[in-house]
Amino acid sequence: MALLNYEKKYRVRGGTLIGGDLFDFWVGPFYVGFFGVTTIFFSALGTALILWGAALGPTWNIWKINIAPPDLKYGLALAPLAEGGLWQIITICALGAFVSWMLRQVEISRKLGMGLHIPVAYGMAVFAYFTLVVIRPVLLGAWGHGFPYGIFSHLDWVSNVGYQYLHFHYNPAHMLAITFFFTTTLALSLHGSLILSGANPKKGEVVKGAEHENTMFRDTIGYSIGTLGIHRLGLFLALSAGFWSAVCIVISGPFWTRGWPEWWNWWLDLPIWR
Amino acid sequence: MNIGIGGWVAVVVASIVGGFMMLTSGWERPPIDSTQTGYRGLGMEILTNPRTEREVKAANQLPEVIPTAEPGGPLAREVYENVPVLGHLTECQFLRVMTAITEWVSPEQGCNYCHVEENLADDSPYTKRVSRRMLQMTAHTNLNWQKHVAQTGVTCYTCHRGQPVPAEIWFTEPGPVAAMGPVGYRAGQNIAAAAVGSTSLPFDPFSTFLKNDTDIRVIPTHVLPRRDEGATIQQTEATYALMMHFSGSMGENCTFCHNSRSFFDWDQSTPQRTTAWYGIRMVRDLNLDYLVPLTADFPPHRLGPLGDVAKINCNTCHNNVNKPLLGAPMLKDYPELNKAKLKY
Repeated sequence: MALLNYEKKYRVRGGTLIGGDLFDFWVGPFYVGFFGVTTIFFSALGTALILWGAALGPTWNIWKINIAPPDLKYGLALAPLAEGGLWQIITICALGAFVSWMLRQVEISRKLGMGLHIPVAYGMAVFAYFTLVVIRPVLLGAWGHGFPYGIFSHLDWVSNVGYQYLHFHYNPAHMLAITFFFTTTLALSLHGSLILSGANPKKGEVVKGAEHENTMFRDTIGYSIGTLGIHRLGLFLALSAGFWSAVCIVISGPFWTRGWPEWWNWWLDLPIWR
Repeated sequence: MNIGIGGWVAVVVASIVGGFMMLTSGWERPPIDSTQTGYRGLGMEILTNPRTEREVKAANQLPEVIPTAEPGGPLAREVYENVPVLGHLTECQFLRVMTAITEWVSPEQGCNYCHVEENLADDSPYTKRVSRRMLQMTAHTNLNWQKHVAQTGVTCYTCHRGQPVPAEIWFTEPGPVAAMGPVGYRAGQNIAAAAVGSTSLPFDPFSTFLKNDTDIRVIPTHVLPRRDEGATIQQTEATYALMMHFSGSMGENCTFCHNSRSFFDWDQSTPQRTTAWYGIRMVRDLNLDYLVPLTADFPPHRLGPLGDVAKINCNTCHNNVNKPLLGAPMLKDYPELNKAKLKY
């Protein structure tokens, strides 16, 4: 892959967190770094173990391959490989790869003299996964509370765990998470459509800039958050979605074992109408 | 890292919202006990809070066993008048049943809750006529509904627990006052009734399913909807309302009986679902054959707002526990209860 003409000045030495200059080089367009190596290592090992797990299982149907966590009886101990041990190692590999990738983003940010917004944002997704497969299982006392790795099987887990609280849509943190997911989608669609319409004028007309964009939204809803603000808002909405997702699952079980509809009794019990 | 004013606002708002959630009541904490009920990783498990379990255990203690009747002696019908249901017991057995009923049903009110003091044979107190029918109901349940009550069986205490009227009974409720016509139509919803776990679901699943024989099955058997099959959204919500009652009564969640990936499929459900299936039929049978026919016997103040008799649902026996009285086999200490004559 060709080097873009302006890329050279960004290919600067330094900014690494670990390993000094040892892995401070590029392969084609890709920065390697110590964490690039660990990302490759964990990804390759994890994928190989998933394939092994699939080979042990009854099917190669991509939808039905299932690598399940151990039985609850193993608690927080290691389980035999074919009975959930693979799931445990794959989980370590996944977290190793995700965290490596995040730290590689940190190194690249440092090289470029940028803020750490990208690794922080990506870290929220990693945190949500970490909550699902580590924090909540540890709080409940068994790795078996993690979700299985399989397309259909993880959906079965989601469904059953949801129904354990009767109606998961009554979970207040789930409500917030869903609201943020929808809102981030809405904001992106508003922003994306605005930029595309400004950048694709009629034939013969000039491309429109920030003034037109601001005016569009001032005329429509009375306010424009601005060119920089929309990205901050987008980041806030997206991170909030991930954050409250993690909250909604970690409170389900360790901190609330009954139906979620019941939580709303505080609303029914408000002194103004009880 | 500089996260800016907006960033701080976001953190503060999240803390306020999170802090408010924590202030509401009912939160629990680890350690939480869990039991696996299906293949690993599928979320088929039961979570219980050991602190709550201790309270449940304390609330479900059995009363002390009344000393067993000495064998032999005259029959009750030789000693007492007007004892059609228990007359074939010995006098000792008969008195033991009377003692038990007093202790379990009217411990404060005593014998005279059901009897006229001067003439114990007098049938005029409605409580006496109802008790007689309840004795038959208990025997009928233990003999003919073992697919639900198994060998554990039921006694008067299973429902009454020291009260003349069991705590968990139901009447058909008229529902809130509504505007006329379509404006007031709400399909029984959005009342946050305790019977349906404070959800928005229809508030009276009892009349629909535990008195009337309404079809509970709402899941279609074809992938795409068809005109000749399938339930309306209202029927579906009614079914879910009944399911909420089940969960509340058992103190369990949906996956106690179902694998939620396929609610209707018996092959994927847990064995408990079979027990529940018989339970629905049992409750309907007892309501229709034993309680509804007693309507005329009860005085008006014991009837519901629409003039119907008190009826049973799952929670009448279960009291929020998946096995009433935590499955204690109380009946085996009182074999007399199963000897009540079902017909006389």
